[in-house]
Amino acid sequence: MSPSFIPEPVARQPWHVIAPLVALVLFGCAVLYSAAGGNMQPYATSHLIRFALFLAMALVMARIPQQVYKFMAYPAFGGVLVLLLLVEMLGAIGGGSQRWLSLGFMTLQPSELMKPTIVLVLARFYDTLPAAMTASWRGLLPAGALIGVPVGLVLLQPDLGTSLAIVFGGVVVMFLAGLPLRWFLGAAGAAAIAAPLAFFALLHDYQRNRVTTFLDPESDPLGAGYHITQSKIAIGSGGIFGKGFGNGSQSHLEYLPEAHTDFVFATMAEEWGMIGGLFVLIVFGLILRWGMRVASNGKDRFSRLLAAGMTATIFFYIAVNLMMVMGLAPVVGIPLPFMSHGGSSMMTVMICFGTLLAADRWQTRSTGIG
Amino acid sequence: MSLGKRHVSIGTLRNSFDRRSLVVAGVQGGLGLLLAGRLGYLAVAQNAKYQLESESNRVNLSLIPPRRGWLLDRNGIPLASNRADYRIDIIPDRMSDGAHTITRLGEILQLTAVDLRDLTDKIERSNGFAPVEVASGVDIERYAAVSVRLPELPGVITQRGFSRLYPTGPSVGHLIGHVGTASAEDFGKERNPLLITPGYKIGKDGLEKQFEMTLRGKPGARRVEVTASGRIVRDLDTRDDVPGKPVRLTIDSQLQDYAARRLGPESGSVVVMDCNSGDLLAMSSMPSFDPNSFSDGIGRIEWKMLSDDDHVPLRNKVLRGLYPPGSTVKPMVALAFLEAGLDPEESVGCGGGLRVGNRVFHCWNRGGHGSVNMAKAIYQSCDVYFYYFAQKIGMEKIAAMARRLGLGQEFELPVLGQSYGTVPDPEWKLRKYDREWQTFDTANATIGQGYMLVNPLQQAVMTARIASGKMVMPRLLLNPSAPEASSLDFPQDHLDFVHQAMSDVVNGPGTAGRARLPLEDVKLAGKTGTAQVVGLNVSSGKGGPWKYRDHGHFVCFAPFDKPRYACAVVIEHGGGSSAAYPVARDVMTFLFDPAKALEVLHGYEKVWGGTAQQRLDVKYRAYTAAFGDSAPKVTADEEKKKAREEEETQQETAQPIVEGPRTPPPEPVVPLPPDPATPVSVPPPAPATTPSSAPESGQ
Repeated sequence: MSPSFIPEPVARQPWHVIAPLVALVLFGCAVLYSAAGGNMQPYATSHLIRFALFLAMALVMARIPQQVYKFMAYPAFGGVLVLLLLVEMLGAIGGGSQRWLSLGFMTLQPSELMKPTIVLVLARFYDTLPAAMTASWRGLLPAGALIGVPVGLVLLQPDLGTSLAIVFGGVVVMFLAGLPLRWFLGAAGAAAIAAPLAFFALLHDYQRNRVTTFLDPESDPLGAGYHITQSKIAIGSGGIFGKGFGNGSQSHLEYLPEAHTDFVFATMAEEWGMIGGLFVLIVFGLILRWGMRVASNGKDRFSRLLAAGMTATIFFYIAVNLMMVMGLAPVVGIPLPFMSHGGSSMMTVMICFGTLLAADRWQTRSTGIG
Repeated sequence: MSLGKRHVSIGTLRNSFDRRSLVVAGVQGGLGLLLAGRLGYLAVAQNAKYQLESESNRVNLSLIPPRRGWLLDRNGIPLASNRADYRIDIIPDRMSDGAHTITRLGEILQLTAVDLRDLTDKIERSNGFAPVEVASGVDIERYAAVSVRLPELPGVITQRGFSRLYPTGPSVGHLIGHVGTASAEDFGKERNPLLITPGYKIGKDGLEKQFEMTLRGKPGARRVEVTASGRIVRDLDTRDDVPGKPVRLTIDSQLQDYAARRLGPESGSVVVMDCNSGDLLAMSSMPSFDPNSFSDGIGRIEWKMLSDDDHVPLRNKVLRGLYPPGSTVKPMVALAFLEAGLDPEESVGCGGGLRVGNRVFHCWNRGGHGSVNMAKAIYQSCDVYFYYFAQKIGMEKIAAMARRLGLGQEFELPVLGQSYGTVPDPEWKLRKYDREWQTFDTANATIGQGYMLVNPLQQAVMTARIASGKMVMPRLLLNPSAPEASSLDFPQDHLDFVHQAMSDVVNGPGTAGRARLPLEDVKLAGKTGTAQVVGLNVSSGKGGPWKYRDHGHFVCFAPFDKPRYACAVVIEHGGGSSAAYPVARDVMTFLFDPAKALEVLHGYEKVWGGTAQQRLDVKYRAYTAAFGDSAPKVTADEEKKKAREEEETQQETAQPIVEGPRTPPPEPVVPLPPDPATPVSVPPPAPATTPSSAPESGQ
């Protein structure tokens, strides 16, 4: 298929997904360049460098055999759990909540690492669980504990957005693992009852405010509803073709908060309009479709669950962020994959992407492992 | 349902995965479509709405306050103008840490403790969204110092604009009024965004308030691109303001200033009118306030100064001061006598008093004037003559003449209010007190005492009408094409007779020899008046406590043979007419020979300690030193209340209504020893030996 002058290792890569991804990241760089007032610094350059490093990491991950993934599942989970505990303890000593560990050269957010790890460990769990036990308590309780412990620790930080992301990734794996449907329906019913209680009993004031302002952003246009209102103004004023590169008044005049991180989509849509927005949506659609295809093409249960779970984790980021910036969800601090400036989330998403590349590779290379 | 626990196998799990992953993919695809739809809705369907909101975010429209129209005098000299100004305001609502911002501003602008106190008061009283002035007339260095620190001082606004300038300061305070920041109440009445534009002032008093709409003009606008934090990125476009129209007054600014300064430390007023056109050339009321310093609000020190002053500096005495006119009404009464057919040569013997009913009414000259005809009655101000003939002629004719000459009248003038006083007659007394008119009421009224109350403007109009024989109406707006006043149809010989008698007051054997003009060719005609404030049982009216002393009046016109200017002077509690006529003399001199008049004034001002403005400044510094920032706070209510009080309590306190004969206060006849500084201690005339002045028996 590929021309012979291209070296085989290069030609072997899944270019049909890497190419759109690179295009999306470059597009993201352009948006960050504009958000910095027409400068590569401080966002665009570091965004590009990070992506290059993490893409290399993903390509390396793609070459790791499945056995290693399987073998590393529980130790990795244990390791991240220890890091989460460490963060919690440092926070208690330092007096106040803390979400990251300083490694000197970078800050590490263990809760971010937990998002792919939970998918990995659950895929491994259901892989080893005898099929017959899937519908029994032995298919539910250990998995519940594997999700519950890290989520509890993250909630203590407190970080609602990340907790939800972990729960979402875990639940999707459980759902696809074939647990009885009535459990999910029952859980959904219980959540519907518990949500109002939790809303009043467990959430912090600022979190409650975010929910109430989401429901009625105009009630507090200068306070908590400000983010959503300004984001909608940015997207809506962009129109079909946008205001033009570098002409976004909402972002440049600082009306749009977090224009280079959580609200980068609004920054983009203001200057590139609906055309730019659709481009982003299509690239995300291509990546997610490829991820789901890797999952369904998986030769074995482990790689199927792993790939689907990783795709779901990426999807969660995209969905929550875009719903938030378009005023369909409350403000939750979740960045947009591949476009928002920020190291931790990029690392998480690229770990997911690397794992998907690996799962893709297992099917094409070593048939028969199962 | 059919999948029992026991039947689960690898195969069924694989099938379940396939089905369920389709569901997951479906959810993802569905959400993608939802997001695309939402994007389209926001960007296409609601594009117009959000584009507007984005523009209103980006563009800040700020009004440029229009330059206020000038108030000009008859010669085109500004009484109120504008000067370019660097100013600093605060919008209280936009301050994040008020106390810190104010302290910081205080440091940068080097504000004193008093200034800071006043500023805090003003912020407390403001409605929050309207700007509060911190300082105007700031020099460029301090202006720049604040401007560069704006990012750390949220709510602070620096502006280049214009502020009102009253070149003659206190001299025009009552006439022109002053401007000030619109109050919450003003904004409530007129919901005009201009009113809360930083630096914009509206007329608060006097002509400034009366001609607000003429003077205002149209605001300009500036469109600027601003960041969310309010920093201006660039100017988009600017529309210039349309300055307000000027208002040209009949006032002669130099005369106005001279008259105000000539009043010196006294509490009084001077009105000068053109006898033929009715143009008001001067309307000075002193003491006054400095409208320049009122423009940024009334501070605590200023407030204390005004409250402590028993000379009521907030009352415009020209329009709001009501006084018994005393003997100044005698030329008017004489005209009434002449009209009634009294022969001016008919005489009465004055023995120092006259029995009216069962009471004895005294002449101010207890020794008596001997045989008195009309001319002598005027120039010697003999009371007995008037007691006698007034009873014969009757009050109705005298009251009709008084009204015809302008007493008790409210004139059509662009002023905020006039207290027009009383011209009593039988019908009025019946209506007001439900009592019959008595002959002693007539006797009191004919010498300008009793129920008779007038304001200085009316006295000036009366004098002008006597001088010209025309129905002149006072005017404040210059209008060269105004029709000439109609004649009052007095026979010329009546007028000539009264004019001659009034001239004799000054130039002949009259009561005000010292009022003679120091000019060769111009002769002054006038009439003195001394109005009693309290009964003789309380005070003699000459010395004693200031507020019990007699009011001094002098009305006059010049030149006597070809009347051109009429003037009325009132000195509150001046101790008699001798306090008033030197002022009138100098003011009239100024009209004909300014240099000579100024020379006299400069001599006085050396004694008084400078011009009115200079004395006010000295007093302000003394108060600041004495009270610092401990002076009591002024509330908006208090301010209004005080102003109202000053206008209204007057009517009751100025004139105790006395049922019974009034003993006319003495008129100085003999030339007085020269006393340039304080014309108060007048030696009483030869004490009369007539027994008890007023029988206490009656009613």
